[in-house]
Amino acid sequence: MIIVERKSLEALEEMTKDCGRLLVLGCETCSAMCLAGGRRQVAELASAIRMERKMSQNQDEVIEDAIARQCESEFIDHVKDRVAGCDAVLSLACGAGVQTMAHTFPDVLILPAVDTKFIGSEAERGVWKEMCMACGDCVLGRTAGICPVTRCAKGLLNGACGGASEGKCEVGKERPCAWQEIYHALKRLNMLHYLKEKPQVKNWPVHPGKVVREDLREGEATTGD
Amino acid sequence: MSLREALASGKFVITAEVAPGKGTEVEHLLEDAAVIKERVDAVNVTDLQSSVMRLGSMAFSHLLTEIGVDPVFQVTCRDRNCLALQSDLLSAWALGIKNVLALTGDHPVLGDHPKARPVFELDSVSLLDVIGKLNSGVDMVGNELKGTPDFLAGAVVNPGADNEAAMDLQIMKMESKIEAGAKFFQTQGVYDLDAFEKFMKRIEGLDTKVLVGIILLKSVGMARFMNKNVSGVFVPEPFVQEIKAAEDKAQASKDIAVRLIKGMKDLCDGVHIMALGWESKIPAILDEVGI
Repeated sequence: MIIVERKSLEALEEMTKDCGRLLVLGCETCSAMCLAGGRRQVAELASAIRMERKMSQNQDEVIEDAIARQCESEFIDHVKDRVAGCDAVLSLACGAGVQTMAHTFPDVLILPAVDTKFIGSEAERGVWKEMCMACGDCVLGRTAGICPVTRCAKGLLNGACGGASEGKCEVGKERPCAWQEIYHALKRLNMLHYLKEKPQVKNWPVHPGKVVREDLREGEATTGD
Repeated sequence: MSLREALASGKFVITAEVAPGKGTEVEHLLEDAAVIKERVDAVNVTDLQSSVMRLGSMAFSHLLTEIGVDPVFQVTCRDRNCLALQSDLLSAWALGIKNVLALTGDHPVLGDHPKARPVFELDSVSLLDVIGKLNSGVDMVGNELKGTPDFLAGAVVNPGADNEAAMDLQIMKMESKIEAGAKFFQTQGVYDLDAFEKFMKRIEGLDTKVLVGIILLKSVGMARFMNKNVSGVFVPEPFVQEIKAAEDKAQASKDIAVRLIKGMKDLCDGVHIMALGWESKIPAILDEVGI
């Protein structure tokens, strides 16, 4: 999932103080799983902003809601009337959600309440780790399910750099050497020969990326870009 | 004799290393190189080693050619994408540089610009592969070159990997590097004769030349620093104590280097001496070893 981290309350109060009637809008998938932007966090954030507004004699109303995913128009439709009645939306969705909202409501100011960190998963309670850089050219099939592009600090494709010490990366003692992890995982699978392939060079995509599935587009007009 | 000729001759090859500094001052480094010129087959020029911003390896390698020293142009993949790396290789050839040492490079976090964006689009293995392609007259996507280099490519290996996984990975990578075109290896600094002997035994049969790395121990602090911070380098305590007890630290450092080279010279094809500014001491060390 997309891992997000909420911005500080001070930063959000500053960001929203002059924006008028505000909708604090949660995102019930990734942000909620990160305990950063689900319905419960929306309630906490909205009441903190209301409190701040009350103390500074700001009369503008703060309302709250949450939808399943702010990155999909199907769900955004559920709140279009509430958004239309506001001057601004404080979105607790990832960057994709914030931008989809901004694209859908060009006349409303959409503000980000979270920082989008990476694609990852929860390693233990309260700890999330980066697993995928969305590089567009997956190599996990020959690295025993451990991504060197993301988890090796240098993103190396052709084996360890030799900088590791006691199994830890040269960048920091708390980071395991991804290539030593790959080595152990391949060895367990009896697939160490995968490390002896021809030199690999990554194909880097041009950003922003776009995926087009012609089989799903029958009868659709092609997009402009 | 060039490095290529020296390696082909079967003689015990001797290389040294200089590190350009931060700034444009090059005179003292050229003097260091001139002191050892008659005694070494080539001199490596480091490429922003430890990720510290310095004068570049290509420029100084070229300056070495002008004083008659055969340079080994060290190239890391840290700071340049594949366009820049290939272009720099062609430029280096045009400037008279004939040897390249292909390295992945340290992460920028370790250096003096820790927020710098790392590149690592290629790594040591794919860079060697690219050098081979340039040597064959095409770039890495197959476009023909007008004028072709003929680099002698080398690489590094760390015989002091500290666990089985790290050692296996080192050796597999060494094999990949040989397949990708590395004709010689210079090792990380070695202080442990037994470990080096074991390493050489493990790579027996690989078709390449190995130049063992010797780092002159300049102080107790330096030994402790390397043990703590430099992957694969381990200075055993007796050496540390020897330096500590010595009145003449430089003499003790030389003595240790002499013993190490004597102990390893029959195990490998040459020595790569990293004197870290003590280049003037290299001739006496070589005299004492008798090479």
